Amino acid sequence: MDNDLILLGHGSGGRLSHQLLDELIIPALSGIPVSGQNDAAVLEHDGVRFAFTTDSYVVDPVFFPGGNIGDLAINGTVNDLAMVGARPRAISVGLILEEGFSRRELGEILRAMREAADRAGVAIVAGDTKVVPRGKADRIFINTSGIGVFRHGLEISGSNARVGDKILINGTIGDHGIAVMAKREGLELEADIRSDCAPLNGLVDEILSEGDAIRVLRDPTRGGVATTLKEIALQSDVSITLNEAALPLKGAVRGVCAVLGLDPLYVANEGKVLAFVAPDAAERILEKMRRHPLGAESAMIGEVTSPGGGKVRMETVVGGMRAVEMLSGEQLPRIC
Amino acid sequence: MKRSVFEEFRNRDLVRGLAERIRHLAEGRTNPMTFMEVCGTHTMSIYQYGIRTLLPAGVRLISGPGCPVCVTPVGYVDRAVACARLPETITATFGDMMRVPGSSSSLLEERAKGADIRIVYSPLDALSLAERNPGKRVVFLGVGFETTAPTVAATLITARSRRVGNFSVLSAHKTIPNPMRILSSDPDLGIDGFLCPAHVSAVIGADAYRFLAEEHGVPCVVTGFEPADILQGVAMLARQVTEGRSAVENEYSRFVTRGGNARAQELLSRVFVSADTAWRGLGVIPESGLEIAEEFTEFDAEKVVPVRVEEPREPEGCLCGEVLKGKIAPADCPLFASACTPEQPVGACMVSSEGSCAAAYKYGQ
Repeated sequence: MDNDLILLGHGSGGRLSHQLLDELIIPALSGIPVSGQNDAAVLEHDGVRFAFTTDSYVVDPVFFPGGNIGDLAINGTVNDLAMVGARPRAISVGLILEEGFSRRELGEILRAMREAADRAGVAIVAGDTKVVPRGKADRIFINTSGIGVFRHGLEISGSNARVGDKILINGTIGDHGIAVMAKREGLELEADIRSDCAPLNGLVDEILSEGDAIRVLRDPTRGGVATTLKEIALQSDVSITLNEAALPLKGAVRGVCAVLGLDPLYVANEGKVLAFVAPDAAERILEKMRRHPLGAESAMIGEVTSPGGGKVRMETVVGGMRAVEMLSGEQLPRIC
Repeated sequence: MKRSVFEEFRNRDLVRGLAERIRHLAEGRTNPMTFMEVCGTHTMSIYQYGIRTLLPAGVRLISGPGCPVCVTPVGYVDRAVACARLPETITATFGDMMRVPGSSSSLLEERAKGADIRIVYSPLDALSLAERNPGKRVVFLGVGFETTAPTVAATLITARSRRVGNFSVLSAHKTIPNPMRILSSDPDLGIDGFLCPAHVSAVIGADAYRFLAEEHGVPCVVTGFEPADILQGVAMLARQVTEGRSAVENEYSRFVTRGGNARAQELLSRVFVSADTAWRGLGVIPESGLEIAEEFTEFDAEKVVPVRVEEPREPEGCLCGEVLKGKIAPADCPLFASACTPEQPVGACMVSSEGSCAAAYKYGQ
């Protein structure tokens, strides 16, 4: 095999992405290994803590059930900030447009961005626009960067999971990936599967009132719930047991996954948060999540069972046990 | 949430009861009963639901050659790579083929280098590609068993009636019964029974395995893919073994009949002829492949797409062949999870979503 080639799998969010980061990108740029990283960097200047993050969006198709690349780009960056416990304050927007793209569609995307920013309570404060010749990009790519501030001294990080912590999620898994996939492949579905794309900062704000009972927050985007949990297990050096029967999953998503040979545990979400919380506060936090509009179907899906190992195991619906690994290769390219 | 009928087959109490029945049947045995699941979808399901952790020590499940991508020999991948390198050519394939290593390249690598390779979910999608791109040649990689072959046959019949001249199929279709004959008489394996494939059997019918039970004395149970199906199939095999019988039984009667799907069989016999063909790990097996019949030669990529194919070279140290025969478990291969991973697979069994090595890597034990 030719090792010089960048493959689509390098952008999957799974194991290959980690390899590329660890072997090439991080050594060249910062030196902090990916296993020590969170969704946003937390920085300090003159005694003031703030969070900073960036993300690029190349989703295909640009418009999908439940959203478009515009609200996806705002919500994605809002969520990355929320996942370290920061309150999103300001966002920048970089647009890369392909010659021939439609002004009307661009207008629709910008409107969605504005509405998403208003909903999340964040201001769009800076931007840039480039146009490349036809065929040199695919319609529209968007980069957003964001800054968030802290109103508390909590350290929310993927390295904070402790034995006994309960794992909560705010609803059904795989909706975004399957909505995009079904649209792209022209699958005609009887059921309406919509992306779960949404800003999570409101819901996170609610549960942050529980203070240091909140250990880890992370949104299971590319690579899905499986990859995200495996990352946290490695980062915190703990082992996790997941309960398959408790995983919220729409019947239609399960059906499409079965037809396409996909595992919903690896399918991207854009409005979900995995929260690791102290056991004695878990029920109360779950209730808070369920009362939030984005958390009606919240569930407790597993717990941190032992120190060390970095393993994720799952008790299957029929009572068997098996391992859960990171996504390998590409499951669904260009999902966000 | 509405409960689907399938959820009944994932019912925990039902599954626990079946596991208990198997434990009872296997009680007091000194040698474990060895059952082979032939189909890759069974292999996946067994790993995915952790079925082995529910079985007693007296029952051993081994995986057979039922992953179509895995049994496709290196030479076929090389030919597909050579086709993909041709100018003005679109190669259409099921996603699983992308990462299968050939002698010196793979389709994934060719795509990264600029070849036009598209992943499709049906051969009819490949035919539409040909119709939408009249200036290009579209080659569909026809890999699969009796389940996928009828749709390819139907596609070729459609291609003829619509007079699509720029479409062809590189056929590596295979048929499952004859390899089972060879495996059943391998003394090293000591197979006490077969879990026969579900979807393949829906096409060929349960009677297709009678020779195994009658001539070779091996119990056979046609089995569905859900956890309760698999445990029920294992229980039925264990019962035959303890009673000293060998027959073809049908656990999956909700989809499989004795005679199979006559319409699909007719499509197969119209478009394909049975041929001796090479299986990775098993060598050439008589009457185990489907070649495109004379009448459809114009769509046979092997005949109409001239390419120079490199001398096939099996990857060094790869034990896929032994894994496919069920002689070793994936973890027994020295390359497993070290030199051979899903990201950088050495052998096909680590690539396909139905491959034993991929399943063992992803789901562990």
